[in-house]
Amino acid sequence: MVCQDCRKREAQVHLTQIINNEKLSLSLCKECAAARGFHSPLDNVPFPLAEILSGLADSAPDAASVEPKDDLTCQACGLTFTEFTRQGRFSCGECYSAFRSRLEPIMRKIHGASLHRGRNPEYSQLDDNAALPIKEEERLEAELTKAIAAEDFERAAELRDKLRTVREKIGVEETSKG
Amino acid sequence: MFEDMAKSPAAWLSGQGEEALVVLSTRIRLARNVAGCRYPTTADTDTRKRVISYFDSVVTRAGQLFKGQYYKATDICPLDRDFLIERHLISPVFLNGDMSKAVLIGSQERVSIMVNEEDHLRIQSLSSGLDPQGAFELAMKYEIEIGRYLEYDYDKDFGFLTACPTNAGTGMRASVLIHLPGLVLTRDIDRVVSRITRSGLIVRGFYGEGSDVLGNLFQVSNSNTLGLTEADIISQISRMAHEIIEEEARARTRLNEEAADMIEDKIWRAFGILKHARVLTSEEVMNLLSAVRLGHAMKIIDFLDMALINEILLLSQPAHLQKYYGTEMDHNRRDYVRAQMVREKLRDTKP
Repeated sequence: MVCQDCRKREAQVHLTQIINNEKLSLSLCKECAAARGFHSPLDNVPFPLAEILSGLADSAPDAASVEPKDDLTCQACGLTFTEFTRQGRFSCGECYSAFRSRLEPIMRKIHGASLHRGRNPEYSQLDDNAALPIKEEERLEAELTKAIAAEDFERAAELRDKLRTVREKIGVEETSKG
Repeated sequence: MFEDMAKSPAAWLSGQGEEALVVLSTRIRLARNVAGCRYPTTADTDTRKRVISYFDSVVTRAGQLFKGQYYKATDICPLDRDFLIERHLISPVFLNGDMSKAVLIGSQERVSIMVNEEDHLRIQSLSSGLDPQGAFELAMKYEIEIGRYLEYDYDKDFGFLTACPTNAGTGMRASVLIHLPGLVLTRDIDRVVSRITRSGLIVRGFYGEGSDVLGNLFQVSNSNTLGLTEADIISQISRMAHEIIEEEARARTRLNEEAADMIEDKIWRAFGILKHARVLTSEEVMNLLSAVRLGHAMKIIDFLDMALINEILLLSQPAHLQKYYGTEMDHNRRDYVRAQMVREKLRDTKP
């Protein structure tokens, strides 16, 4: 599609404005959008987050015709997974737990990893040992052992799946441990 | 408000520190949220006010570290808000939407903490020169102290939780502001930029009206925040900064070998214009100062110190200029007064 303003460049920005019940749709190139004073809230984001998220929504098996019952909803704030992919922002900390099952591929695309390895709020000193640079694999194993000991089998199954993905990635043969 | 601040140079632009001939400053930002509260962008005003009141009590109860200047956004007038942005103490995002926000500015402006920006807390620390470790340690002191009073949103898998998934994990962004006139002149900058980008870092130029990068200043920062330790991020940014510094040094050597006369002329012309012009836009000052900064680093102009160059850079920005002279001015007037300020600052400098 060609930009509506300059009629030369490819339109990359699509806007819908509703003013006094009048709906106005615009398709503009980046230059003309900037000239009209439109800036994407994601302008400062260093990579195409919006595309990752919307691409993800498109490729998800249930995305084209999301049945409300298939959508995940954060019980704490009411944000749905579909809304999250649209706005690219979580509304509260609970959203992460609510969408956990679908966040791993998103985090991998964004960060190239899906598990935290940095500081933990429980360590309140500054010495470097506190950072505990544990590898994803080791950390998952430890978590898994803990989950099994606590008989939290739902969490254990989740961790086992993650462990499998991590091992596939680093090329470790999965042993029949656990 | 901030009149004294406008008249004194910012510590992070003192021109001191490691690699200060190329790296102006280092910034570390930690994003944190308070457990159990909706994130600022979608929270209602009551929730946002509650988060501010939590932080109020941290400021009251915590130690000496927090005895800085603490303001509610509603108490800061528009000119002062622009002033704080120019001084890198608040972000432009801080000014979006609802104004139930607050900012704490630590002593010597080395730290600022924004409350209710995109996340409940954005702790940032600024250092002169290349100093990611020092800036990080300072930011962590504040983070740890706040953590004694407030519970952070934290998850075993995703680390510190943030409104945007691009910040989750460490919540940490490390960035360096770096001056690369050599690489721009030799046209090697595109190659270097693509190398930085390929290694998973982000590079941003400050673009002016033309296609040239304003003042040849670039900001390099990490893009990944999850799956790495804080120490990984620090070494990533510092390794890349050293590589860029080497590239820049090579470019300067080449310029000196192949076009010494042209470079010397460019630098002295820039100094001449700054010292005598009657009208200067802020973009022009940035570009001229870039040449003078290069002249200082190449020992062509050796009677100026970096702190003065940085001070002029800071003061020539629109809000700074108005705060410095204590009066609001339109842009024509500013361009005239800016030239006057630059002349005053350079008056006693002589080759």
